Amino acid sequence: MDIRPILSTLHRHKITAWLLILEIALTCGIVCNAVFLINQRLQRMDIPSGIAEHNLLQIKFAYVGDQTDAYAQAQTDLATLQQIAGVQAVALVNQLPLSGHAMSNSGIKLRPHQRQASLEVASYYGQNLLTTLGVRLISGRDFQPDELIDLKSVLPALHGGELKDLPHTVIVAQAVAVRLWPDQSALGKTIYFGNDIPMQVVGVSAPLARPNMLQMGAQNSIVFPIRLTAAEGGSYVIRTNPRDREQVLKSALAALKRLDPNRVVLEQRTYDELRQDHFQDDRAMAGILVGVIAALLLVTALGIAGLASFWVGQRRRTIGVRRALGATRANILHYFQTENFVLATIGITLGMLLAYGINLFLMLHYELPRLPAIYFPMGAITLWVIGQLAVLGPALRAGAVPPVVATRSV
Amino acid sequence: MFAYYLELALRSLKRNKALTALMVLAIALGIGASMTTLTVLHVLSGDPLPGRSSLLYAPQLDPRDMGDYQPQAEPPDQVTWIDGTNLLQAQRADRQALMTGGSVAIQPTQSAFDPFYETARYTTADFFPMFGVPFQYGHAWGAAEDATSAAVVVISSKLNEKLFGGRDSSGRLLRLEGHALRIIGVLGDWRPNPHFYDLNVKNYGEDEGVYLPLSTSQDLHLKHLGGADCWGNGGDDATHTAPCVWLQFWVQLDTPAKAAAYHQFLVHYSQEQKTLGRFLRAPNVRLRNLMQWLDYEQVVPGDVRLQSWLALGFLLVCLVNTVGLMLAKFLRRSAELGVRRALGASRRALFSQLLVESGVIGLVGGLGGLMLAYLGLWLVRRQPADYAPLVHLDGAMLLLTIVLAVGASLLAGVLPAWRACHIAPALQLKSN
Repeated sequence: MDIRPILSTLHRHKITAWLLILEIALTCGIVCNAVFLINQRLQRMDIPSGIAEHNLLQIKFAYVGDQTDAYAQAQTDLATLQQIAGVQAVALVNQLPLSGHAMSNSGIKLRPHQRQASLEVASYYGQNLLTTLGVRLISGRDFQPDELIDLKSVLPALHGGELKDLPHTVIVAQAVAVRLWPDQSALGKTIYFGNDIPMQVVGVSAPLARPNMLQMGAQNSIVFPIRLTAAEGGSYVIRTNPRDREQVLKSALAALKRLDPNRVVLEQRTYDELRQDHFQDDRAMAGILVGVIAALLLVTALGIAGLASFWVGQRRRTIGVRRALGATRANILHYFQTENFVLATIGITLGMLLAYGINLFLMLHYELPRLPAIYFPMGAITLWVIGQLAVLGPALRAGAVPPVVATRSV
Repeated sequence: MFAYYLELALRSLKRNKALTALMVLAIALGIGASMTTLTVLHVLSGDPLPGRSSLLYAPQLDPRDMGDYQPQAEPPDQVTWIDGTNLLQAQRADRQALMTGGSVAIQPTQSAFDPFYETARYTTADFFPMFGVPFQYGHAWGAAEDATSAAVVVISSKLNEKLFGGRDSSGRLLRLEGHALRIIGVLGDWRPNPHFYDLNVKNYGEDEGVYLPLSTSQDLHLKHLGGADCWGNGGDDATHTAPCVWLQFWVQLDTPAKAAAYHQFLVHYSQEQKTLGRFLRAPNVRLRNLMQWLDYEQVVPGDVRLQSWLALGFLLVCLVNTVGLMLAKFLRRSAELGVRRALGASRRALFSQLLVESGVIGLVGGLGGLMLAYLGLWLVRRQPADYAPLVHLDGAMLLLTIVLAVGASLLAGVLPAWRACHIAPALQLKSN
């Protein structure tokens, strides 16, 4: 179809045409970036934790008053929990992947006297941690029972620089090993913490996500052989069959309360709930973005349809004349479709530039990556389709204008 | 004349109902979305202490060692115990308070209640007059109680409601972590948002239920809650000697001159500490006032700012849409307008007639937008974020909604109206 007559008609409606183009361009620019933002959120929410998520329960207590026998209490608690029907394993750990609150982070140095840490990692510790969470060892070994040191003696040793009461071994997650020693085995290497406290890598574990600050490397975690108590902020983690979770959680709480009624439950949930909580803001934001995209596309489609029906109304006489001169209904229909295609194409071209500009702004202010190229053709196709659908109604009505209109005045 | 134009506008709008509805809907959606997000932004970036915020400052010092040293790096947000008590005792500001967050178990005397945890603030006495904290019953403590680590406590009105049914509880005892403390005051309506004085605990949402002297909290070994940043061999620890920052220090400085002098004092203090060998870095101090502090801490969530940009973009699309539709509508009425011109109506009259029409669309769209904003804010309140319950439309935002809607549609109407009234009347009459 010849588009010259279309262009010359559009030339007579310059302002309206440009407004439509502007609307399509804005929509295209915003929608491309909004879809990208949604995708980013979904990717974030998909981060693997590295643990046996559906099998785990978390119980966290607070204690009223001083806990003098906390370590003995912890051992009694663990032994009691182990007895409950359906419990496969129990642990007492300082933090869990994706739990949102980081209690503990450490800077790793590769050499003594190094000024800046080579890597900031999340530090996990606790009793029976790897087995209960279901974190596989890729190489090396798990901690021996005699390597475990109580947190209450670690803290003073740390301040005093007393090496005897500090752990000497550490297990690093795969991401840390790859980052620090790209071409070598991490086993046997020594790393330094704080003011040059050396520790030897005895194991490399499968991926283990950090509790928060995922942007610092979601899988950068290490495990120390340190024991802690619930009074020091530890959580009991129970591994069970996903089917028995409700029942086990109930029995475990009852058993622990029976042992010491003087504790307050801070947290009692399945790991799935914990993960759900961690990403609730991302989920809400993704929901809002979907809403905005839908509303934008709707408004644009309605705008195109509204304007098109105006143009059809305005050109009824011209259409009648063309029909009288032998144009078929299909010709008229195609005319409006082509017109919309031309406008949409100009709008989309501008929209791509805008999308790129918005992305640059977001990269600058919100630490977002560059918009992948695939978004451009996807955005273009979406707007072409929406434009064609929106113009279809008015175009069909235009096609239905009888040739006899040409003979009437007004 | 206005009434006549209004009647014309209504008649014209009625003539093409679908299109009018479309324009109203576009404006309503745009206004609704932008007002929802702007209200959230307005609430979150608001001044927590209007009238007082410009006098309050958060001094920052740099006591860290040379590990991770980068020139120009920002000093830590909090202070160490030693620096905090030094600055407090120096008394160089009009008022000063050293504080930190905590979490304490409350053991109600009524047996029906289980013990529960309450967030606490351990602070020195100036906290209350400096931040203008209102009291419902009783009073705050003074320097004497700070000095003697008195077993006194101030509770929030919410905790008072929970424990004593809202009655004046001053003088009664509160059992806290196994200790008995005398309640000397109950706060009035006090809920500054953002929670500016300690952004480590929570940026928005509930304030502390229990306030007690910092010295008392240290004597009783009450649990610390909030961030602690350590260097060297410091673990995540909040002790008096650990190389960790974990306390918040705020000062009130009544004039800019005093603020400048205080800045000088901080530089001098850092220099002195460096000479003594306690500080290793060159003096690196900041003295931000409350609003600058909130800005520096980026207290407004990035998502909220992003949503505001998104909503403004959406409003822009809706306005472009409305301009296009109005243009088409007005130009289509060329014939009618031509007749009115030929009968002697001035361009000015035509212009105002058309603007009245766009104004009516804007007003109706604005009312629709207002309802959508109410719906939007209701949805926001159902979100899981901790600021969600705070989000309400106040009078100013209500007015802004209507003004924005009418203003935006008048703006959208200017171009179409201007184009429409430049039609040559003769041409239109002839073509009829």
